[in-house]
Amino acid sequence: MTHNLNLWVIPLLPLAGAAINGLFGRHFKNAVVSFIALFFTALSFAWAVWAVWSAWPGGPIPLPHIESFGTWITAGSFSAPFGFYLDQLSMVMVLVVTGVGFLIHIYSVGYMAHEGGFYRFFAYLNLFMFFMLTLVLANNYLLMFVGWEGVGLASYLLIGFYFLRDSAADAGKKAFIVNRIGDFAFLIGMFLLIQHFGTLSYDHVFNALKDAQKFPVDAGWGFLTITAICLLIGATGKSAQIPLYVWLPDAMEGPTPVSALIHAATMVTAGVYMIARSHAIFNLAPNALHIVFVIGCVTALFAATMGIAQTDIKRVLAYSTVSQLGYMVLACGAAAYAAGIFHLMTHAFFKALLFLGSGSVIHAVGGEQDMRRMGGLRTKIPVTFWTMTIATFTISGFWPMAAFFSKDEILAAVYRSPYAGHLLWAIGVITAGLTAFYMFRLWFMTFFGELKLGAVDVGEEAHAAAAPAHASHASASHSHGHADDQSHGHGGVHESPWIMLAPLVILAALSIVGGWVGVPKFLGGHNEFDRFLAPVMEQSRTSIAEGAAALQNTEAPAAPPEEKSTTEWVLTGMSVLAAVLGLFFAWLLYYKRPDLPDRITAKIHGIYLTVLHKYYIDEGYNLLFVKPLLALSTLVFWRGIDQGIIDGLVNGAGSASKGIGNELRRMQSGNIRSYAAWVAAGGAAVIAYMIWLGVSK
Amino acid sequence: MVPLSWYLILSAILFCLGVFGFLLKRNIITIFMSIELMLNAVNLTFVAFANYWSEHGLKLALSGHVFVFFVMVVAAAEAAVGLAIIIAVFRTRETLNVDRVNLLKL
Repeated sequence: MTHNLNLWVIPLLPLAGAAINGLFGRHFKNAVVSFIALFFTALSFAWAVWAVWSAWPGGPIPLPHIESFGTWITAGSFSAPFGFYLDQLSMVMVLVVTGVGFLIHIYSVGYMAHEGGFYRFFAYLNLFMFFMLTLVLANNYLLMFVGWEGVGLASYLLIGFYFLRDSAADAGKKAFIVNRIGDFAFLIGMFLLIQHFGTLSYDHVFNALKDAQKFPVDAGWGFLTITAICLLIGATGKSAQIPLYVWLPDAMEGPTPVSALIHAATMVTAGVYMIARSHAIFNLAPNALHIVFVIGCVTALFAATMGIAQTDIKRVLAYSTVSQLGYMVLACGAAAYAAGIFHLMTHAFFKALLFLGSGSVIHAVGGEQDMRRMGGLRTKIPVTFWTMTIATFTISGFWPMAAFFSKDEILAAVYRSPYAGHLLWAIGVITAGLTAFYMFRLWFMTFFGELKLGAVDVGEEAHAAAAPAHASHASASHSHGHADDQSHGHGGVHESPWIMLAPLVILAALSIVGGWVGVPKFLGGHNEFDRFLAPVMEQSRTSIAEGAAALQNTEAPAAPPEEKSTTEWVLTGMSVLAAVLGLFFAWLLYYKRPDLPDRITAKIHGIYLTVLHKYYIDEGYNLLFVKPLLALSTLVFWRGIDQGIIDGLVNGAGSASKGIGNELRRMQSGNIRSYAAWVAAGGAAVIAYMIWLGVSK
Repeated sequence: MVPLSWYLILSAILFCLGVFGFLLKRNIITIFMSIELMLNAVNLTFVAFANYWSEHGLKLALSGHVFVFFVMVVAAAEAAVGLAIIIAVFRTRETLNVDRVNLLKL
C-alpha cells in the first residue's frame, strides 16, 4: 500500500484513554483524569483532520481508501476482515464524531467537576468514542456491528451513570433492550447479505450490486427489500425512530454531556449513517425506501407534537432529537442521502449546543430541570443565553443558520421525491413549524419572565407524567454538587465556568456557519456539500428514478426534472413562514399572554393529557409487550420450564439416587450369611442364564 | 465303567450340601468345613473330566489333575489362615456363632 494513513490510530487513541482512565483512574486526581481523556481525544481529532486532509478528494489518494489489517473471522468461504474505509461519507462522520466529541469532553470537565465517579465517566466517554469511530470507519458490516454494539454498551453505561437511582438504571436497561430488537433485525439483514453475496465488505457488496443483470430493481418483496427492511429496523432502534424510539427520552437520565454527545450528536445518528452507507441496497428496493420515507415522516411529526407538552427541559430536547432524526431518515427515504448527512452534521452542532446549553442552565439553577420553575435567566447567564438563542434560531430553520440550509434541502428533496412527495412535504413543513414552536417555548420559559425557582406548584398531572424523570433528577443528579448553591437561594444562580462556555461558543459559531458549505444554487451557492458526497452517492441519482418507475410500472424518466428556482423559493418561503409562525405562537403563549396556555389546555384537556402522556405509547408497549412477556416468562419459562422441568430433572436425579441408595443400604447388614445368600443367588442367576443360553441354542 | 454324569451329579450334590451348610449353619467351624466340601466337590468334577478325556482319545489330559493340586494347595493355605482367624475371633468374642460376628470388625 503506497498511501498509509494509519487509520487505526484514530479509534485506538480514545481506547487508550479509556483503558488508562478505566484501569488506573481511581488513583488519579481529577485534573490528571481530564488531561488524559482530553489529550487522547484531541490527538484522535488531530489525526482525523490530518487523515481527511491527506485523503481529500482530488489528491493523490484514490477514494474510497481502504486499509486492511488482516482477517478477523474465517468460516468456510466467508471471511470478515479487520479493515477501515475512508470515503467522503466517513470523512464527514469522523470529523463530526471527533470534533464534537472533543468539545463535549472539554465541557464535561467543567460539568462533572463536582460529581462522583469522575474517572469512570471519562473512561466510558472515551470508550464510546472508540466504538463510534470503529462504527463509522469500518469497511464491512460486521466490524460496523462491533462499533454498533459497543456504542450501545457505552450508552447503557452512561445512561445508568447515576446507578444508585432506580430510574437511571431502568432507563439504561430500557435503552439496551429496545436497541436489542433493532440489533436483531440488523443481524438478520447481515445474514441475508452473507447468503447472497458471501461477504460483508462494503466494496464487494456495492460492486456486486452494480451488476444490473444480476440484481435488478426489486419492485416486489424480494431479498433486497427484506434485507433493506432488516437494516432499517436496525436503524430505527439506534436512531430512535418509530416504533423503537421509546428509549431515547428516558435516556435523558444520564448526565447532560452524555445526552449531548451520545443521544443527540453522534450515536443516534448511526442509524442514519448506516442507511446512507447502504444506499446501494435501499435504492434497489423501492418498497423499503418507501417505508423509510413514511417512518421518517411520521416520527418527525409525532415526536414534535410530543415535544410541545413536555416540561422537563431535557425531555423537550430529547423529543426534538427524535423529530430531527426523523427528518434525516425522511431525507434518506427520499434518496437524498447527502441531504440527510448534511442535516446530521448541522444537527450535531446545534443539538449538542442545545444540550450543553441546557446543561449550563441546569447547572446554573442548581439541578432544576422543570422549565416551569425557570425564567428570567436571560440576564443572569448571558453567555448561555446567547448561545442557546443561536441554537434555537438554528433548529427553527432561520436564515442564515446551518439548519436552514440542511432542512431546506431535505424538504426540497422530499417535494421532488417520486412517492407522494407533496403530502409528506406538507407534514415536514408542519413539523418545522412545531419545532420552532416548542423550541421557542423552551426559550421563552427558560430565559424570559421571572425566576420561579421552588415557588411554583406544578400541577398534579404534570407531576404524574414526568414523575420518574423529574422527581429524581431534581434531587439526585446535581444536588450533591450544588447543595451550597441551593442553600443561598435564588442569588445562587450563576454563569458556568469558561471551560463549559468555550465549547458552547465554538458550537454556536459552527451552528451559524456549518450550513454554508451547502448553500443551494438558487441562493447563489454551489451546494458544495452535495457535490462532496456525490461520488459516494453516485449510484443513487440514477437508480432511484428507476425504482419508482418499476414500482409504478412506468418508464423511467430520462433525467430527474430540474426544479425551477421559483419553486425552490416558494418551498423555502413556506418553511421559513412555518418557523416564523412557530416563533409567533410561542411568543404569544409563553411571553405575551402566559395565562393562555392554561386556558387552552383546560379547554382541550383530553388531547392535552394524551400529548402530555406521550400518546400513552409507553403504557401501550407495557401492556402489549412487556406485561405479556413478563407473564409468559414467569409462568412458562420460569415456573414451568426452569422450575418444573430443569429443576425437576436435577432434583429428581438427586432424590432418585438418594432413594435407591437408601434401599440398597439394607444389603450391607454385616450378616455373613446374608452376604453368602446374595453370592449364591447371583451364582444361581448366572448358572440359570448359561443354561438358558445352552437351551436356546 | 462309571459314566461321567454320575460323577457330575455326585459333585453337584456335594456342592449343594456345602452351599446349604454354609448358609444354614451358625458355627464358623462347620461353615469352614462346608467350604472345604464345596472345594472338594469341584475337585471331583475336575478329576472326573480329566478321566473322561483320557479315555476318549487324549493321551495326556493332565490339566484336570494339576488343577486339583492347585485347589488343594489353596485349600490348605486357606485352612491355615482361616483357622487362625477363627481362633482370633473366638478369643475376643468367646463365641463361634456367626450371627454374633456382624460388626465387620474384631
